[in-house]
Amino acid sequence: MSDVVLEVSGVSRTYYDDKKNAVEALRDIGLTVSRGEFVTFIGSSGCGKTTLLRLIAGLDEPQSGKLLLYGMEISGANPNRGYVVQQGGLFPWLSVWDNIAYGLKVRGQYRKHKADVAKYVRLIGLEGFEKSFPHQISGGMAQRVAIARALINEPELLLLDEPMGALDSFTRADIQDKLLELHRESGATMLLVTHDVDEAIFLSDRIFIMTPRPGKIKHILRVSIPHPRHRGGVDFFSLRRDILEQLELASAMPQPEYKI
Amino acid sequence: MWGSTPQAAPEWGADVSKTAKQIPTQILKQPSNVRFFFGAALTLIGFASAIAVNIAVPQVAKVKIAEYEYFGVTLDFNTLYRGVIAGIIAIYAICGVWAYFDNDRQLKYIKRAPFRFVLGIALAAWDILGTKYRLLPQPFFPGPAQIVETFLNEPAFVLENMLYSLRLYGAGFVVGVTFGVGTGILIGWFPKVYYWVSPVLRITGVIPAVAWMPFALTLAPTPFSAAVLLMTLCAWFPIASFTAQGVQSTAKIHFEVAKTLGANTAQLVFRVAIPHALPQIFGGIAMANGFMFTTLVMSEMMGQPGGLGYYIQLSRVWSAYYKVFAAIVIMAVLFSIILYIISIVQGYALRWQKGLVKQNV
Repeated sequence: MSDVVLEVSGVSRTYYDDKKNAVEALRDIGLTVSRGEFVTFIGSSGCGKTTLLRLIAGLDEPQSGKLLLYGMEISGANPNRGYVVQQGGLFPWLSVWDNIAYGLKVRGQYRKHKADVAKYVRLIGLEGFEKSFPHQISGGMAQRVAIARALINEPELLLLDEPMGALDSFTRADIQDKLLELHRESGATMLLVTHDVDEAIFLSDRIFIMTPRPGKIKHILRVSIPHPRHRGGVDFFSLRRDILEQLELASAMPQPEYKI
Repeated sequence: MWGSTPQAAPEWGADVSKTAKQIPTQILKQPSNVRFFFGAALTLIGFASAIAVNIAVPQVAKVKIAEYEYFGVTLDFNTLYRGVIAGIIAIYAICGVWAYFDNDRQLKYIKRAPFRFVLGIALAAWDILGTKYRLLPQPFFPGPAQIVETFLNEPAFVLENMLYSLRLYGAGFVVGVTFGVGTGILIGWFPKVYYWVSPVLRITGVIPAVAWMPFALTLAPTPFSAAVLLMTLCAWFPIASFTAQGVQSTAKIHFEVAKTLGANTAQLVFRVAIPHALPQIFGGIAMANGFMFTTLVMSEMMGQPGGLGYYIQLSRVWSAYYKVFAAIVIMAVLFSIILYIISIVQGYALRWQKGLVKQNV
């Protein structure tokens, strides 16, 4: 667990909106992620968690600071970092099978690793839906396909940008279980962005609590509840309270003052 | 800025009977055998009356009825006309037997029965007015039997011209679609190409391609290649602009996801942008097809050594209007078949859209 996969140091990123106003999405972010870890970034919207994930994916570049993957600087997207988005990431013109096989096909590995596609279809429990097109399957199934499609490249990092954000709570719990199973199975390091506290506790080894404007990491929490975790456990709830407290401070809510 | 939305593009040759609206009625309606046989009888009676009229009504007006001999059989236009209608009856009879054993097919079969009945009656009436009594202005409106005479008169020549048109259409379609889609992708992908080419494209779009005919005929090495050039020109605007719009409207997220999956730039074009643009590309082709038919016939009428347009022109000079009609009928059948084939290809290529959009693919 000790060897570092990802090292982020001093990363800042500022955007300019339509009116040329500077929006400081990230300021001086530093963190390390170890191999096989499940890490979650949580925070209110605008705290830069998606920006951070995009920087790690190589879809964006920081203005300052360094992002290192195994000591090598990240530049541009690469199949060694899988990327799953909230919604609509599947190619609507490709079947479930072809979506999952996409990474293999563009890298010219399809013939050699055809069996992998079948393996992942089985892993995500979508046997019989191989020929279905994305609009013919449910949102939960589509997200499972998106995760399998990213995992088939056997990435060092799997970056999950609120992959369960648009799902109902039952489907969400189902995918969370599936995600843990895939995490165990593939041994990939996973980075999740979410605003769901329960989800963060249920899945993560560590939780990064972020604050908005400018986006900063405020607090890091280690979740030491052993797997399988119970969503209604006592330690679950105490951790939940801790995070909510942190988040309440994070969003700079005015503290009620009682003067008696 | 690229005109109407691609989904609203006219659906040439679309099979209307396959619309989603029909599904509930198919479940609800159970045609009785009585209704089915009534429909079949309507079809039969309609066409049979056309034959009966042709046999029974005496030839009052003075029309020269020439006899032709093919394969040892002596035919005049009346016998061939009856034969053609008998053939139509036979086809509908076979379809009827095939439809009888399936509920959905039965419904589909009887749906058009009243139309077929009226068609048969109309043929009979036209026969009387056009040929038997010659009440319609002559020689502009010959009867249906006289139109059929064209195929007795010069079948080889008609076939030759038909094949010329087909060949010209095939060449024009391939070159036009390839050029249109190719430039459309470049315009959609490279902002520089968009800047320089799209004004030219838009100007070209408002000029009817046949206006370039004098230049095409002098500049192109052969009349054939001149017509191909004109067809390419008329297809360029709709196909290229729709294709460019399809490429430009590809969601950014799809490019990003493809990049993280390992796609290189060429694959971003060929495995993301083009598949995404396919519905628009087909919309453009459907639109261009109409222009291409027009340009094809116009250029044949104005300077080709063959083709159905040439045949029309030639027959007109001799006041053989029944041949003009025959050429028009051939065009109708030929172009319908072409549109049908394209709609099948489109339906297969866009099968992923089925149920996703309202468009009937």
